[in-house]
Amino acid sequence: MKKQLPVWLGFALALIILPQIFDSVLGISILNQMTIWIIFALSYNMLLGQGGMLSFGHAVYFGLGGFMSVHALNLIADEIIVFSITLIPLVGGAVGLIAAVFIGSFSTRKSGTVFAMISLGIGELIVASSLIFADFFGGEAGVTGDRTYGPPFFGIEFLQDAEVYYLGAFWLFVATLFMYLFTQTPAGRMANAVRDNPERAEFIGYSTRRVRFISFCAAGLFAGVAGGLFAINYEFITEENLNALTSGRVLLMAYIGGLGFFIGPIVGAVILTLMNSLLSNYSEMWMLYLGIMFLLTVLFLPRGFAGFIMMHQTAWRNRRLGMLILPYLITAIPVSLFLAGFVGLVELSHKGDDILPFFGLSLGADSMLSWGILLTLAGAGALGVKLSRPRLNAAWAAANTVAKDADGDAR
Amino acid sequence: MAEVFVFATLNGLVTGLLLFMLASGLTLIFSMMGVLNFAHASFYMLGAYFAYTLSTYIGFWGGLLIAPLIVGCIGAAIERYGLRRVHQSGHVAELVFTFGLAFLIEEAVQFFWGRDTKNYQSPELFDFALFSLFGQEFSAYRGFMIAIACLIFAGLYFILTRSRVGIIIQASISHPQTVANLGHNVPLIFMCVFGVGTALAGVAGVIAGPVLTTFPGMATVLGSIVFVVVVIGGLGSLPGALIASLLVGLLQSYAIAADVGMPELLNLFGVSFDSSHPLDDLWTLNLPQIAPVLPYLLLVLVLIFKPTGLMGNREQ
Repeated sequence: MKKQLPVWLGFALALIILPQIFDSVLGISILNQMTIWIIFALSYNMLLGQGGMLSFGHAVYFGLGGFMSVHALNLIADEIIVFSITLIPLVGGAVGLIAAVFIGSFSTRKSGTVFAMISLGIGELIVASSLIFADFFGGEAGVTGDRTYGPPFFGIEFLQDAEVYYLGAFWLFVATLFMYLFTQTPAGRMANAVRDNPERAEFIGYSTRRVRFISFCAAGLFAGVAGGLFAINYEFITEENLNALTSGRVLLMAYIGGLGFFIGPIVGAVILTLMNSLLSNYSEMWMLYLGIMFLLTVLFLPRGFAGFIMMHQTAWRNRRLGMLILPYLITAIPVSLFLAGFVGLVELSHKGDDILPFFGLSLGADSMLSWGILLTLAGAGALGVKLSRPRLNAAWAAANTVAKDADGDAR
Repeated sequence: MAEVFVFATLNGLVTGLLLFMLASGLTLIFSMMGVLNFAHASFYMLGAYFAYTLSTYIGFWGGLLIAPLIVGCIGAAIERYGLRRVHQSGHVAELVFTFGLAFLIEEAVQFFWGRDTKNYQSPELFDFALFSLFGQEFSAYRGFMIAIACLIFAGLYFILTRSRVGIIIQASISHPQTVANLGHNVPLIFMCVFGVGTALAGVAGVIAGPVLTTFPGMATVLGSIVFVVVVIGGLGSLPGALIASLLVGLLQSYAIAADVGMPELLNLFGVSFDSSHPLDDLWTLNLPQIAPVLPYLLLVLVLIFKPTGLMGNREQ
C-alpha cells in the first residue's frame, strides 16, 4: 500500500483537477456519468474479474439501490426523515447489499453457466415485477426526486452539476479505495483462488460457496452505491436502469477495459461513457461501432485494453519499448485509412439524400465516385495493414525475446 | 371454460413447438461445443429478415428453402473465424463473444433493414381455417407450424441416433480425440453442427416471422426465453428441450387464459384488504399479469433444486 501512495494521491488530484480542465456543461456532465459508471464497472469486476462469476443481471443491485435512493430523496424533501443528501449513496449501498445477501444466498452455490443463468433469470424476474409493482417502481415512467431540498452540506445545496461532481468524485475515491483494499484482503485473495481452481480451494478447507457469497455481497454493495449516485445525479430512475440493457452495458465496460486488472473496468467505463456521450452526437450508428469494437476486443484482445497495455511490460523491462514505436506508427497509418474508409461507407449508406462531409470532401450516396473513393480508401488501408504486419510482428518478437527467461511469467 | 382450455392448449402447443425449433439447435450446439450460444435468437431473426427479402422476389416457399441456408452459412463462418479463436480464451470469453454477437446482429439488422416492422406475410395457400371449435377458428398456418416442428424433431432424432453421421457427431461430443484419430475432421464437424444449428434457428425465423411480426426486437423477445427452455430441459438433452419447450409454452398460455389472481385466492381464506394498503399491487396480482415472469421463476427454481435441468445429466 505504501508503494502505491503516489498513485492514489495522483488519482485524488486528477479527480479534483479534471472539472477545472473540462469545465463546459457537457464536460461536467460526462465526468458525472463517469463517476457512476466507474464504480459500477469496478463492482462488476469483483464478480467476473476477481470471482469468476459471469453475471447477466448485475443491474438489479444498481437499480434497486437507485430506486431506494430516489425514494429517500423524496422522503427528505417531504421532511419525513432528516438525512444528508451526501450520504444517499450509503442508502443505495445498503439496499444493494441486502438484495445481494438475499439473492446470493442461493445463486452463489455454483459458478459458471449455472450462476450466469440464475443471474439472467433473477434479472428478468425483477424487471417484470418492476412493471407490476407500480407504487415502488413507478411503472414505465419511473420515479423522480429532487436533490436540492435536503439540509445544506456546509452551505452547498447541490443546485449545480459541478457540486454534484465533487460529491460523486468523493464517493468514487472512497469506493475505489475500498474495492482495491478488498482485493488485498484474504477474502479477495480467496476469491481469485476459487475463480482459478475451485477444487483446490475446497481441498484446502475453504467453502467455495462462502467465498463467492462474500464477493457477491461486496459487489452488490458497491453497485448500490453507484445506483445511489445515479439517483443524485439524474434525480430520476426508471425500469431501464435495472434491466438487461444496463447489465449488458456494464459487462461491455468491464470486458473492453480488461477483466484481469483492477484498472481495467475504469478504462472501459471511461471509453464507453465517452463513446456514449460524444459519438452519439455525430452518428446514429454508434451502437454498431460499439458492437464491432466489442467483438474485436473479445477476439483479439482477450484481456482488454488494460491487458494490451500490460503486454508491453516485458518490452519495458528489456528497455526495448522504443523499438516498437516506429512499427506501431507505420501500422497505424493504414489502420486509420481503413477505419476512415469503413466508417465513411457505413455513414454514407445511411445518409439518404443528404451530403456527407468527409475530410473536406462532400460525398453523396447517389454518386458512384463517392463510393469509389471510400472503397479505395478502405481497400488500400486493409492492404497496407497486411503488408506492414510482418514488420510489426518481427519488431514485437525482437523486443520481447532477450530477457524472457529472466522474466518468469511470460504472459 | 372448455373452449378457453382447448384454445389455450393449442396456442401453448404452437408457442412451445416454436420454442423447440430454436431450443433444438441451441442444445445441439451446446452438447457439441459446450457453448451456450447467446446469439441463437439473433439467427432466428436473421432467418425472418432474409425470408422477408427473398419472399418479395421468389415468394414464401423460396424463402423457406434459401433463407435457412444463408443463415447456416453465416453461422458456420462465425464458428470458423470467431468462436474457434475465442475458444482458446475459455468458456466465459465464448459466452461473452456470443453475447456481443447478439448485440451486433441486432444493430446490423437495423442498419440493413431499418428500424420499422416489416410486412412479412404468410402464403395465401394457408389463408383458411383448418378447423373451428366453439365458433373460433384455428388457422391453417398454425397447423403448418406444428407440422414443421414435429418434422424437425423426428428428423433430428432419427439422424442423431440412427444414421452414420449422427453416430460420428455423438462420438465427437464424448470422445473428440478418438474420433480425430479415426480420421474424421472434428473441427469441420463442429463447424457443420454449428451451421446446422443456426440454420434450424433460421427455419424457425422464416416460419415465425409472419405470425410474431418481423421487427428488430424479435430476437430479444424470444432470446432469453429460449435460454430458459434449454436450461430447464437440461443442457444438451434433445428430449429435455422438447419437454421444456412445451412446458413453458403451455404454462404461459394457461396463465394468460386463466382469469384468477390474488383476490380470488384471498377470498378462499376469507381475507380481504383495503385498496389503500401500501402493498395493494401485491394483493391485486393476477395470473395474466405474472405470465411473462413464470418461465424465469421456473428457471430459478429448477436451477436451485436440480441444477442439471429436468433431463440433463451434466452440469456446467
